[in-house]
Amino acid sequence: MLGFLQQPVMVTAEVNLNMVALTAVGLLSRLWQLAYPRAVVFDEVYYGQYISFYMKRIFFLDGSGPPFGHMLLALGGYLGGFDGNFLWNRIGAEYSSNVPVWSLRLLPALSGALSVPMAYEIVWELGFSHCAATGAALLLLIENALITQSRLMLLESVLIFFNLLAVLSYLKFCNSQKHRPFSPRWWFWLVLTGVACSCAVGIKYVGVFTYLLVLGVAAVHAWHVIGDQTLSNVRVLCHLLARAAALVVLPVLVYLLFFYIHLLLLCRSGPHDQIMSSAFQASLEGGLARVTQGQPLEVAFGSQVTLKNVFGQPVPCWLHSHQSTYPMIYENGRGSSHQQQVTCYPFKDVNNWWIVKDPGRHQLVVNNPPRPVRHGDVVQLVHGMTTRLLNTLSGHPRGLRDPALPSLDIWALHATSALSSPPSAIPGSGNPRGSSPFCPHSQSRHDVAAPLSPHAQEVSCYIDYNISMPPQNLWRLDIVNRESDTDVWKTILSEVRFVHVNTSAILKLSGVPLPDWGFRQLEVVGEKLFRGYHESTVWNVEEHRYGRSQEQKERELELHSPTQVDISRNLSFMARFSELQWRMLTVRSDDSEHKYSSTPLDWVMLDTNIAYWLHPRTSAQIHLLGNVVIWASASLATLVYALLFIWYLLRRRRRVCDLPEDRWLRWVLAGALCAGGWAVNYLPFFLMEKTLFLYHYLPALTFQILLLPVVLEHISDHLCRSQLQRSLFTALVVAWFTSACHVSNMLRPLTYGDRSLSPSELKALRWKDSWDILIRKY
Amino acid sequence: MCGTTVCRVLSHVLLDNSLGDGLADTILVCFMEMRKEVQRGWDETHFGKMGSYYINRTFFFDVHPPLGKMLIGLAGYLSGYDGTFLFQKPGDNYEHHSYMGMRGFCAFLGSMLIPLAYLTVLELSRSLSAALLTAALLTFDTGCLTLSQYILLDPILMFFIMAAMLSMVKYNSCANRPFSAPWWFWLSLTGVNLAGALGVKFVGLFIILQVGWNTLSDLWHLFGDLSLSMVTLGKHLTARILCLIVLPLALYIATYAVHFMVLNKSGPGDGFFSSAFQARLSGNNLHNASIPEHLAYGSVITVKNLRMAIGYLHSHRHFYPEGVGARQQQVTTYLHKDYNNLWIIKKHNSNSDPLDPSLPVEFVRHGDIIRLEHKETSRNLHSHYHEAPLTRKHYQVTGYGINGSGDSNDFWRIEVINRKFGNRIKVLRSRIRLIHLITGCVLGSSGKVLPKWGWEQMEVTCTPYLKETLSSIWNVEDHINPKLPNISLEVLQPSFPEIMLESHMVMIRGNNGLKPKDNEFTSKPWHWPINFQGLRFSGANDTDFRVYLLGNPVVWWLNLLSIALYVLSASVFAVAVQRGAHLPVEVEGLSQVLLRGGGQLLFGWMMHYFPFFLMGRVLYFHHYFPAMLFSSMLTGLLWDTLLRLCAWSLASYPLARCVHVLGILSLLLGTAYSFYLFHPLAYGMVGPLAQDPRSPMAGLRWLESWDF
Repeated sequence: MLGFLQQPVMVTAEVNLNMVALTAVGLLSRLWQLAYPRAVVFDEVYYGQYISFYMKRIFFLDGSGPPFGHMLLALGGYLGGFDGNFLWNRIGAEYSSNVPVWSLRLLPALSGALSVPMAYEIVWELGFSHCAATGAALLLLIENALITQSRLMLLESVLIFFNLLAVLSYLKFCNSQKHRPFSPRWWFWLVLTGVACSCAVGIKYVGVFTYLLVLGVAAVHAWHVIGDQTLSNVRVLCHLLARAAALVVLPVLVYLLFFYIHLLLLCRSGPHDQIMSSAFQASLEGGLARVTQGQPLEVAFGSQVTLKNVFGQPVPCWLHSHQSTYPMIYENGRGSSHQQQVTCYPFKDVNNWWIVKDPGRHQLVVNNPPRPVRHGDVVQLVHGMTTRLLNTLSGHPRGLRDPALPSLDIWALHATSALSSPPSAIPGSGNPRGSSPFCPHSQSRHDVAAPLSPHAQEVSCYIDYNISMPPQNLWRLDIVNRESDTDVWKTILSEVRFVHVNTSAILKLSGVPLPDWGFRQLEVVGEKLFRGYHESTVWNVEEHRYGRSQEQKERELELHSPTQVDISRNLSFMARFSELQWRMLTVRSDDSEHKYSSTPLDWVMLDTNIAYWLHPRTSAQIHLLGNVVIWASASLATLVYALLFIWYLLRRRRRVCDLPEDRWLRWVLAGALCAGGWAVNYLPFFLMEKTLFLYHYLPALTFQILLLPVVLEHISDHLCRSQLQRSLFTALVVAWFTSACHVSNMLRPLTYGDRSLSPSELKALRWKDSWDILIRKY
Repeated sequence: MCGTTVCRVLSHVLLDNSLGDGLADTILVCFMEMRKEVQRGWDETHFGKMGSYYINRTFFFDVHPPLGKMLIGLAGYLSGYDGTFLFQKPGDNYEHHSYMGMRGFCAFLGSMLIPLAYLTVLELSRSLSAALLTAALLTFDTGCLTLSQYILLDPILMFFIMAAMLSMVKYNSCANRPFSAPWWFWLSLTGVNLAGALGVKFVGLFIILQVGWNTLSDLWHLFGDLSLSMVTLGKHLTARILCLIVLPLALYIATYAVHFMVLNKSGPGDGFFSSAFQARLSGNNLHNASIPEHLAYGSVITVKNLRMAIGYLHSHRHFYPEGVGARQQQVTTYLHKDYNNLWIIKKHNSNSDPLDPSLPVEFVRHGDIIRLEHKETSRNLHSHYHEAPLTRKHYQVTGYGINGSGDSNDFWRIEVINRKFGNRIKVLRSRIRLIHLITGCVLGSSGKVLPKWGWEQMEVTCTPYLKETLSSIWNVEDHINPKLPNISLEVLQPSFPEIMLESHMVMIRGNNGLKPKDNEFTSKPWHWPINFQGLRFSGANDTDFRVYLLGNPVVWWLNLLSIALYVLSASVFAVAVQRGAHLPVEVEGLSQVLLRGGGQLLFGWMMHYFPFFLMGRVLYFHHYFPAMLFSSMLTGLLWDTLLRLCAWSLASYPLARCVHVLGILSLLLGTAYSFYLFHPLAYGMVGPLAQDPRSPMAGLRWLESWDF
């Protein structure tokens, strides 16, 4: 029982000094003078503001990537005791003393440093020599672009770290699969693969490409497991289930976890609230929650409400009306109803209040007990400040309208006409009689088209001019997200459409800003062509109170006062997650051209650079500029790999085996992960329409660099036939590596920005005309 | 009805005897009510018009390659259509114009889809019932029917796609007799059809990729066969290169040659093309033009951007609206020729009239500082430190000043690319840049379309980034100067490859330019397989004659179910094979049909569907129809195979046969009945909308998004 005491307690440690040394120099290269420059460098200005939001726990929305990356950076700020008080507005601004620059930059720098020993491990796990593995690590170590990127508060180095971690742990998992499946070690690496993939995706969406690559390789390996007839069916099933759980289910859960933490941290309302739905906003502290807290839940006849459009494009806005009327005649000669304007207004305003009225009664107050409005009820909407009714006009309720328009409109002028503006595009040639394709509704039919969307009906607040246009102000309530047909209209939660009873047009935000006469507010129309579901036709009640005042004066006072009464509501995590994720994917970023933007074709041969920072007085500067020798040779290695691979493949098909089977498999796996990693991280950029920068290429480059020593070792082992050739080749490789080190050293001042160079030195460094190196003019 | 008889005869020739008249009659479905509708529906406005252009030989521009429209034009020509109908607005009556030829041609190709699908599935599955089921699915699909009734490119495109698929499948079955006559026949026919598909729309590329993939795997298979010598392999490779690359390419180029040969008159498409291109067209002012060669002060010119499909520098008497930079006159680019494109070159420092005969002619030279005055409004081309309306990082360009007197922001330095300072500037040939003197920015067009206030013309900006891109390079096209002698510019005519290249660039740019506008309801690819929403062909209100493009929901949802079922059953078989299970001979055969034949069809469906997810251009419901053909074929093959498997698992033979026959029959009858229900969509309906109980379609609006 105490047998273990009979043996001495032994600890055997195997230390791979290569690894230790690589880690040490990696740390040295990335952490040296990390807090310099003490100024905002390039995209730090972008990430910094989100760190401040995290520190202050204010909700924000960033369409560029999932929250994990931002959270990691914020963790650095948290550890350094950052209070979030810094104005991130200008590249080059000096950091104030409360900003812990060193700890903010620490995590990316550590990730960059640890990528170096990981490269060593990956090449070793792929089955190549220690020499090749060390070579790969050293190349990553001296790659200037990677050093620059990891020394700043940016996310690429963290992304690369997790990409490499995913590949490394998958390789470790694969290698333990051969010996002891289902051992703790096997499980550890399998789970780590899934977690690392999910972290990579959580930092930037592009991480998904590496994840798909790993999944693809895993699927091929799983297919081999299925084909392994020495395993029992149950065993195969266990293998498949374990992989599915660790590589599919687990990453999804971890990804959700990021959002969970994100939403847990950001609990206060902030500048991006407006983009989110009312329900989401109500779940944040302050902001809308303060306003809506305690509103009555069920909308009743007599309720006073503000109606927000669910689509929120181009900006979130509320249904609005005001005293001004539509102009009699528009610029293009079409006439209007000259009724009171109804618009959508992106700011809170007392004119956004509407009263839900029962068409059968005159009162504008809520009964006691309140009579809730249900799906399918017919209502009138009374504008609170002017007591006019929401109305849309069509002279003939049965609708004798011009049939010509819809096909033209829906089919969107199929091809050429979208390009070539029709002759009427020549200014000033608008058709005064209103019979051009843009205004098909002739006035004689009383059918009034909306000011800017002539295929739809105008929506107005009805003024009784005592002419032959009777009011048509009945709207049927259609609750879109109802559970049953008798559902009650609920504040915030219900998404409703208003269907005009006479014409079955639907109240819709067209999103077009009106001209000056409409104060540039957004146009609201009655859509009669498209009756399917679209978010721009859906509205929800945001602010709500039961109206109590009979008199208009009192009512106006009531409209000005904030809402009261108490009920609280909560949105489930999944609902908040799905809304946030959807908004993040659809939020439109400014894809304007940038001075340093580039195209994917510029990247392979490093035809571009990015100036990150310039010292305010001297000409010390930091550039994202790679080691040209490494970039060129890595691209060349990829090409050589591809050619050799095709050559071997064709010869194997003709039963000529140049490589032994295990060597061949090793060669294929190295290609699948390294060349494949390069391809999946590079090629998709050709299809992307957003603004691209050189740093987008760095993940691909890392994989390409891993391939370089693999190809070199292969050439030395298999293509050099004699000892002499091999020695010659080795000498060449040494010479090449020395030149790479030399180049790296020459570019060092631009990488660290620690030394001010003279204009002539800077000019000498401008090896390509397309490089943009900043030279001060004195 | 001569069309119907021709159709009947042809279908008898083409179809197997086993089919009998049944299927032949179904083809007539397409023709049945075609004559009734004399109104033009929907997109006929475009393709009908383009047919007329061929007949009238006027040059036009379209984003699609020319073959489809040429065929329509030919059909119209042969049937006596004279090209005089205007095709202005959907819904106009044809009156006396002979449109039946063009419609009949499209309808005929549309009905040919059914026999083609029938033969393809027959070849892949060797089962008559599978082929019949497929044919029935396509016959009874209202969507295919509607689409083939009108003058559109889609029936032509689908015909070529299906014909290519059929010939590829046929040639695959000839693989055991390489270099025999049928082998050559089907191989070259594949090539011909590929050229046809690509020549109608660029979507034809997908079937080319499919055939390419099939050929590669075929070659790979042959390459692994050690009994074949390298010489034989070389022959195989050469045959494929000849028939699948050289032949289609030659035919494709030939269609363009015919296109350019036929269209030799100036027409509405001129402005899309470069100045050199226009010189080919008779009637264009550059055709055999003689204009002054060198630019001089006082010349009236038009300036054209060198990037394709940007157009001419343009201004008009309208201001930028409030909030968009300074409230000065708009400057845009415009694709059409217009008097507002005219500008006068003036010296920056004197306002004297250079056309005064007493003054000597003074040429503009590279590096000169000039002022460009808009001829109609007498305002100067102007730029300043205000952000441009759309491209915020650039500066705004406006028209400024009164009667030509402005300020120093009107001064531009004119530079010729790759020339020495002091050289004269040549009309048409010199590539020039205009550099704003004070801000140092370059005049360019961003190619973005301005909103309504800018009449949807394109934005002109002054870009501070001096990267040399085509969008900031211009050339002078028209040039009027009474003091200079005119010189003939015959030499300019571009060669045929240059024309080909240019027209492709313009088409590709045109295609990319078809972006959905903000807040426009657009069709999304995920809508399509679930038949989420149709397209109105004509009529919207309850009193109109309405035709609505919507797939037969029974067929489409069956297709959708079948894809899922196929993936499931195919993976079960694949795993079983991989696990080394021994299947009985019958099941083995069926699994081969499922994996090989079904695999090809599934691949075809994916190739014709998934790429649309990556496209940025405007998408329409009808883009799904080629994919839908593949998915219907898959459905036919799958259900037949599954029913056979089901029958096989039942022990006794008569029962088994009964199950199979009953299954097929119920599917056939089900689709036929659903067609009976939904046929008014295609043949047109009058009466109230579907939500009204008196409507002919009452109760059939199964999805709320269908708006018929």
